[in-house]
Amino acid sequence: MTQSPRVLSYLDALNEALALEMAADPSVVVFGEDNVGGHGCDGTMGHAWGPTRGLHNQFPKQIFDAPITEAAFVGAAVGAAATGLRPVADLLFVDFAGVCFDQILNQAAKLRYMVGGKAKVPMVLRAMWGTGMRRGAQHSQALYSLFTHIPGLKVVAPSNPVDAKGLLASAIQDDDPVIFFEHKLLYFGSRGVVPEERYTIPIGEAKVVREGGDVTIVAVGRMVNEALGAAEKLAAEGIQAEVIDPRTLSPFDFDTVYASVEKTSRLVVVDESSPRCSIATDIAGTVAENRFASLSAAVRTVTGPHAPVPFSPVLEDAFAPNADKIVDAVRSTLPSSVISKAS
Amino acid sequence: MATESAGPLGREELIEAYRVMRTIRAFEERVHTEFGTGELPGAVHLYAGQEAVAAGVCGALTEGDYIASTHRGHGHAIAKGCDINAMMRELYGKAGGSCNGKGGSMHIADFERGMLGANGVAAGGAPLACGSALTAKVLERPHVSVAFVGDGAANQGSFAESLNLATVWQLPVVFVVEDNGYAQATGTRYHLRGLDVARRAEAYGMPAVVVDGTDYFAVRAAADEAVKRARDGGGPSLIECQAGRFFGHMEGFDQQGYRGEGEVERLRADADCLVRFAAASALSTEQLAEVDVTVDAAVEVAVADAKAAPVPELSELLTDVYVSY
Repeated sequence: MTQSPRVLSYLDALNEALALEMAADPSVVVFGEDNVGGHGCDGTMGHAWGPTRGLHNQFPKQIFDAPITEAAFVGAAVGAAATGLRPVADLLFVDFAGVCFDQILNQAAKLRYMVGGKAKVPMVLRAMWGTGMRRGAQHSQALYSLFTHIPGLKVVAPSNPVDAKGLLASAIQDDDPVIFFEHKLLYFGSRGVVPEERYTIPIGEAKVVREGGDVTIVAVGRMVNEALGAAEKLAAEGIQAEVIDPRTLSPFDFDTVYASVEKTSRLVVVDESSPRCSIATDIAGTVAENRFASLSAAVRTVTGPHAPVPFSPVLEDAFAPNADKIVDAVRSTLPSSVISKAS
Repeated sequence: MATESAGPLGREELIEAYRVMRTIRAFEERVHTEFGTGELPGAVHLYAGQEAVAAGVCGALTEGDYIASTHRGHGHAIAKGCDINAMMRELYGKAGGSCNGKGGSMHIADFERGMLGANGVAAGGAPLACGSALTAKVLERPHVSVAFVGDGAANQGSFAESLNLATVWQLPVVFVVEDNGYAQATGTRYHLRGLDVARRAEAYGMPAVVVDGTDYFAVRAAADEAVKRARDGGGPSLIECQAGRFFGHMEGFDQQGYRGEGEVERLRADADCLVRFAAASALSTEQLAEVDVTVDAAVEVAVADAKAAPVPELSELLTDVYVSY
């Protein structure tokens, strides 16, 4: 892909991917609450604020508003996908999966298998996630481990604009149902150079975002930047961390993690969700099972606590992992001689 | 209640309607018998008694139209043209079944015939039918979608949401509520407070009618009207069909202690849609008998074929989870 100097926000990169995919394929349809933002009190259209903003001008037949009926419109996405469309349904917050979980768990994920492969379900379910916006317990969760657990679903969680655009394009072109996690704090906070042309980033490929030989840090979504911050602090102490962004959680690119752990012999996994049955424990357990001999220290995880996400800014900040917590976890994997030498 | 009358249907269409209903009846009666031998695995919900609903509704549809079915889906599948040999193999969990043995009774589907699948979740088919209707609308195809749900499923949130979505998006979809009197063992007198589901559709601004689900011609007339409305861009409709089931909720499980004394016997004696159809259709005894013989032989073949069919390869366990992974 050619480099362009153009800088986009994460939110605008998603908008561009939706536009390019709708333009390329008239069977791509986009819907959800306020995806157009239509028919406000003044009767005009176009009050969307999220990644779909403005798209109705260019694609009036491919994007529409849905009433607040997640069970109906997520289920409709399944039925539409199985009969010839490529729907991109917008859940808004992933927390709202609670009101339509059957459509995801029992319909989208299982349809192809139950009918012996005689149907496919090429749909995308977009969902905001994550802490940091002071939205409280029902609008801040990191529920990707729930979906990763379910056979039949693919789960994607990009950490930056260039990956967001390429992975959303891949998700829309993919023939399986994909849950696409968009971290709400990255929408405006993450900016980067994004190529203007249509491109894809393969689902299932992790990216080594920083090379290092002393410890491997695997971090998801917003935590990638925290891990990079931790790596800078550790570098000042002479400890070189390798940071891996999995980008996709199902399928998961264990090979890239294994290769790194074989090199570093230490692993820290950073995950914004609660710890039990989490992506963090899944990665930690799988590496321990398959690369035990490569490890020279216990795998460490840095996660939120086993508690709902609190509202108060001071409490929410204490909930989420950050660079300092990651640094502490990395130190706990190192022999005391290394730490004392560094300090 | 519509008058029982053969109406405008021609002889071929009448014979086809009878063949469909008679096939469903023979299929279900035979499955009931076979289940009793212990050879059939799994959960099986029989449709006998409600045949006029599936036949009447699907009789109004074309090959390109879609149906989304329920856990009690054999009748819908047969009425939409699914192959009964493949269906019977599916019930036995055999290779060559409708879903290659991976779905079973509750997931029989045939996308080539527009049968989007039976569904193990009450009202599971309602959002799916909205989706296939959306496909038709967006791609400007002339296809109509039908969602079958039971009386119990009519209480599901996803069903209410689907009614709303279908009206907001003006989807070419017909909701067919089959009121067989019971949600498992709970009577409609309790769970619907004895009220018609049609009234709920009206609250969403959707045309709705209540018909005698044992009267093929009444069902067919209501379906013709609703399907035409949907195909002409007039949006969704709801048809509530009342027809009792001859068997329990589920084979091998339900002793039907909740049903009134002699209730099933009365249904079979007074509300058998096949008997009513035969009397009203003006088909001759010979014509009906010819269908009976053909249908019984076909079901016999299906059972023998299913019993003799091989089980799926063990590798099937891991195929079809994804298109690619």
